[in-house]
Amino acid sequence: MTISAGSIPVTTRPRAGDPVLEVRGLSASYGLGPDAVRAVVDVDLTLRRGEILGIAGESGSGKSTLAYAITRLLRPPGVITAGEVVFRPADRPGGGMDLLSAGPAELRAIRWSEIAVVFQSAMHALNPVLTVERQLLDVLAAHRRSMSRQARQARVREMVEMVGISPSRLKSYPHELSGGMRQRVMIAMGLILEPQIVLMDEPTTALDVVTQRQILQQILELRERLGFSVVFITHDLSLLIEIADTIAIMYAGRLVERAPSAFLFHAPRHPYTRGLLASFPSLHGDREKLVGIPGSPVDLRHVPSGCAFRTRCPHEMPRCATDRPPLALPVGDPPSADREVACWLHDGRQPPPPSLARPAPAARPEYATAGTSTIRDTRAEQERS
Amino acid sequence: MKFLLRRLGFTLITAWAAISINFFLPRLMPGDPVQLMVARLQQQGAVSPNAMQAMQVAFGLDDHTSLIVQYFQYWGQLFRGDLGRSITFYPSSVSEVIGQALPWTLVLVGVSTVISFLLGTVLGAFIGWRRGSWAETILPLSTFLSSVPYFWMGLIVISLFGAKLGWFPLSGGFDQGIDPSWSSDFVSNALYHAVLPAITIVLSSVASWILGMRNMMVTVMDEDYVLVAQAKGLSRLRVLSAYAARNAVLPSIAGFALSISFVVSGSLLVEIVFSYPGIGYSLYQAVNNEDFPLMQGIFLIITFAVLLANLVADVAYVLLDPRTRQDA
Repeated sequence: MTISAGSIPVTTRPRAGDPVLEVRGLSASYGLGPDAVRAVVDVDLTLRRGEILGIAGESGSGKSTLAYAITRLLRPPGVITAGEVVFRPADRPGGGMDLLSAGPAELRAIRWSEIAVVFQSAMHALNPVLTVERQLLDVLAAHRRSMSRQARQARVREMVEMVGISPSRLKSYPHELSGGMRQRVMIAMGLILEPQIVLMDEPTTALDVVTQRQILQQILELRERLGFSVVFITHDLSLLIEIADTIAIMYAGRLVERAPSAFLFHAPRHPYTRGLLASFPSLHGDREKLVGIPGSPVDLRHVPSGCAFRTRCPHEMPRCATDRPPLALPVGDPPSADREVACWLHDGRQPPPPSLARPAPAARPEYATAGTSTIRDTRAEQERS
Repeated sequence: MKFLLRRLGFTLITAWAAISINFFLPRLMPGDPVQLMVARLQQQGAVSPNAMQAMQVAFGLDDHTSLIVQYFQYWGQLFRGDLGRSITFYPSSVSEVIGQALPWTLVLVGVSTVISFLLGTVLGAFIGWRRGSWAETILPLSTFLSSVPYFWMGLIVISLFGAKLGWFPLSGGFDQGIDPSWSSDFVSNALYHAVLPAITIVLSSVASWILGMRNMMVTVMDEDYVLVAQAKGLSRLRVLSAYAARNAVLPSIAGFALSISFVVSGSLLVEIVFSYPGIGYSLYQAVNNEDFPLMQGIFLIITFAVLLANLVADVAYVLLDPRTRQDA
């Protein structure tokens, strides 16, 4: 499949749009045996060069576990039980390496230099007893052994300036910085080696909305300059719709829908996605009563048979209890839509309810094209269409 | 810097209070040391009034100056290092007795406390790092050891290595036949005598360091910054030392400073069990002989040690944990 998610200047990343990370059949659990909590089950995902891939879901849907499993940072009792994560470096066309079978040294070499992680809550992600500078230099000391001291320090200064922090703050300790500054430091740290992939796990959740917006803006600008791909994990679907190219929705450890973000927003296909979208207000248009999703997230130890969402689904059919719907192209959509949904409503045996059968926007929208680095307000877009 | 000055000021005030209490407390008690001494001597025979008078002069109890004047005299003597005369070791002065005992305690208890701290902290860090591995089998063993009192451990060590196997001497700081000097003969003999008490101290105190460090490591390992350090692709040693152990060791440092102050009071029981010529043993003898000047002197030294250790702990903590510098 070739898609046109080409926000990256062709000169820096010649094969923008090619897969850079492929997750195949990834499963991860907490604990082993019959009591294990299966937090991630059989997840397939493809991250393309230059793309922002959003992963959304409620608390406990397995999205953070997925991020940790991809980077092999799961802590005991978390274990990866199946699957592969193939990283395709830009300088090795065709050849990929499976991160899950990589040895410790191989893994250490790839970590951060190719796949960096910006963690949830920058409050705790920085070592309280080392200066910010030391923590940034640490990365260079581990991965750029040939670099001179001066060059390393210059690089650190350059990076913090890039994220809008004065280099005079380098001698500060984390507790002397505000939450927003710490998150910026984390981002500078994540980008210091110019990785190909940056995993962001709720990078702005602990911040106020103004800072949140500044930081998102910065991430988008930096992506344009440096051309990395982003996996952006959050519970805030409204935020993803603004920044992501593709969005994957997780429920009870599985992907239930994946689509380009405009399609997902204007024409959701899964009842759960529809429920998530209906639970935040629109800035424009008529006043609507907000509806949440009835019930509460499933207990991952006792996932219902068939479709895990059926117990909360307004469209439950007898079939949902017996068979688990596979992730597949909805019958009403053309293959060019590049979307998948795991729901029996879209298998063609019955017409889906109108709320789940809205037509997708006519043309495939162009995402985050170079030059337009502002955050798109999708809600306003909806009003115009 | 302001923080340090404030701490220093606080330490000086505490020292003043401690010294004053040290001065007034014995004077508020009924009776005086000479009466006690006389009572003891009278068991052996009658004491002439002249002898009593002489002793009162020797201990400075003859002139009936006011308490306030005595107090200032006391300070003056203190600055000259004059702590009075010991009754047990009469006519030695208290300063001499303490001066002789202190090096033994400092070397024996000091060195073994440092060894115990370093050993326990490194072991604890390792066990916490490899949580769930075979290394955890050390834990129940160390819990057991930490519940064994010093003197009991000392007795067992003596009976096993001293009496039964005969590898080490049973008691004392050196063989009576050798003159204390800096000759290699004497030093090696003293070290030989120090092995058993040192083992006793290390064995019974190392466990608490292991447990404390291990538990902090387990807590710190769950912190996000350790995960970040791993995600950064840092070497395992770097993650362990600069990120995990560096943060986990902070509470242990505070504990270490406090335990250093107990070094001077000596592991009292260990010194008694081994008849080791240190401060603890001197205190034991002073108590047995109601030797108030010596007790007072030793308490004073212990007070200073505790204060100094606390000051050092504060300074070390400030150096190690930048968060405590905030109000500086």
